[in-house]
Amino acid sequence: MAHVEKLVGSYRAWASNGASAAPEWLRDLREGGIARFHDLGFPNMKQEAWRFTSVAPIAEGSFELAKPPARVPTLEQLRPFLLFEAGYRLVFVDGFFQASLSTPCFDDIQSLAHVATHRQDLVRQYLGKYAATQDRPFSALNTAFVRDGAFVHVPAKATIAEPIQLLCLSTGDKQAVTHPRNLVVIEREARASIVETYASLGEGPYWTNSVTEIVVGDAARVDYHRVQREHARSYHVAATQTHQGRDSTVNVHTVAFGAALARHDIGAVMAGPGGTLILNGLYLLDGAQHADHHTTIDHAAHHCQSHEYFNGVLDGKSRGVFTGRIIVRPGAQKTDSKQTNNNLLLSPDAHADSQPQLEIYADDVKCTHGSTVGPLDPRALFYLRSRGVGEHEARRLLTYGFAAEILGRMEVAALRAQLDAIVRGRLAEQ
Amino acid sequence: MAKNKVLLEVKGLRVAVAGNEILKGVDLTMRDGEVHAIMGPNGSGKSTLAQVLAGHPAYEVLAGSATYDGKDLLDLKPEERARAGVFLAFQYPVEIRGITNSYFLRSALNALRREWGEPELDPIDFLQFLEAKLKAIGWDDSMMNRPVNEGFSGGEKKRNEILQLAVLEPRLAILDETDSGLDIDALKTVAETVNKLRAPDRSFLIVTHYQRLLNYITPDVVHVLADGRIVKSGGPELAHELEAKGYDWLRDAAMVS
Repeated sequence: MAHVEKLVGSYRAWASNGASAAPEWLRDLREGGIARFHDLGFPNMKQEAWRFTSVAPIAEGSFELAKPPARVPTLEQLRPFLLFEAGYRLVFVDGFFQASLSTPCFDDIQSLAHVATHRQDLVRQYLGKYAATQDRPFSALNTAFVRDGAFVHVPAKATIAEPIQLLCLSTGDKQAVTHPRNLVVIEREARASIVETYASLGEGPYWTNSVTEIVVGDAARVDYHRVQREHARSYHVAATQTHQGRDSTVNVHTVAFGAALARHDIGAVMAGPGGTLILNGLYLLDGAQHADHHTTIDHAAHHCQSHEYFNGVLDGKSRGVFTGRIIVRPGAQKTDSKQTNNNLLLSPDAHADSQPQLEIYADDVKCTHGSTVGPLDPRALFYLRSRGVGEHEARRLLTYGFAAEILGRMEVAALRAQLDAIVRGRLAEQ
Repeated sequence: MAKNKVLLEVKGLRVAVAGNEILKGVDLTMRDGEVHAIMGPNGSGKSTLAQVLAGHPAYEVLAGSATYDGKDLLDLKPEERARAGVFLAFQYPVEIRGITNSYFLRSALNALRREWGEPELDPIDFLQFLEAKLKAIGWDDSMMNRPVNEGFSGGEKKRNEILQLAVLEPRLAILDETDSGLDIDALKTVAETVNKLRAPDRSFLIVTHYQRLLNYITPDVVHVLADGRIVKSGGPELAHELEAKGYDWLRDAAMVS
């Protein structure tokens, strides 16, 4: 509790000093956030949503709000985390927008801090309206500290062909916390592709607590990719919330390679009929890493389809947690929902928890789910060896396939290549 | 007429799986270029023989020997057998998630080429090589970019096994009930392809429950396996005899012997 009070105290200091110039609606939003966090406190393992994940290292970690970076990284230092140098790009270092490293697009692809004053009406209409804080202390805390992050707005019927790159880089200052807040608004019949990357130049321990809200209009499409490759000593908590209109398409691709402790809540609301959703995720863990993915798909309208695929590759003493909650609301007839979670245990000390949660309140629906936890399939191993592939290589190939299955669904070739190289690098170490 | 060189010689092979003895003393001699068929009722040990020759780790060799091309076959790992030219077309081909057929085939072929002392093929060279292979057997490349066997129909899986055979060019190809589960058109396609792949330096061991495959692939020798032993061997006409009379008369013969 002392740690909660300390965070509330640091909020008060910040709100009365650095953040006091914000417009009133934003200050109200923050006040709501801190009040909520104060009520909720940090989650504990007695709570259903946190059964398998202890946040003690974060709650007891005495984290201080990150300061502007003493030295701005060079483009050269960013290069390993970028897909290409062309196109639109927003770069944040320790939570602070870096204009010199970014290529914004007027007030449509811009720092949230900038548009929160320059396009107040638009930001105010969406910000904080989708990411739940009711029972989400980390999202509430992020909302209390809303200051900056990426803002992407694609006007109706516009298409942005090249992926927009959002890079949240930590310098790895010890005990620093950042609360990146991203807002993506894709208006009706518009289309965009986004690649959001979390990475670090130092080892911390530091803590990232991010929230991304994605609002997708009727018949619009977004391909949203999230790459978490934080330092293995860091802590990463995140919420991604999508909200889609009728006949829209939302493809969410996430990969988690990094952090000592990572928790990612992904929520998707299918608010209009005829929507299509893909949640496609990979977690690749080693050592003592712990990653918890908590997904909630809310079928609130009829004739929507959602496909969810999560694969985990767990080595060392790592632990992967996957919860896949699917709600089919009354009236959401003809829902077609498919969920799979496959976990590959590469070591006897690795562990996976997989729990589907289906709540179905409509009768004319198709919902399937399946999950597996286990070592490499000995039949597949023999199959490969019988073709001349050596045992070690066969193991690597099968493990790679587990990851490649997820990466193969991503349409951005440069991202696939980048992630493929990371996966191959990790497997080569084994 | 001088006989061809012996490629495989199995003597007194006894094999158990999970403590149960399945093969109870199998003798089999195959020469270069020959096609042998192994027939027999369910549970006679046909698939066990196929799997044990390919080196499946679940099978325990209790006694006997298998000499392949002068080598002690049973002493080799599965991958070493493959590199020495042994190929098993699986009765139940395995699905491999995330790996495309073309990537899988190239990995396998390159493993063999390293053994042969030939340079590995890069993706582009492999594609050319594969296209030539497909053309030779008259197939298209529709299965190439799909994950190995995933979502394949039963017929596609069996065809995929034969395609691997064509690509990997083994000296000893063992077909484990490749015909089961195939409709007659698919069966003919598979048989025609096997016939195209027959060569003086390639032998086939065709394990089958039914005689019908042998209407399209004419074997040199037919063996009947019953209760873990080869109880009768003969020419292609034996297959027809089995089709007419069933297996019971032979099983009884095995019991009394």
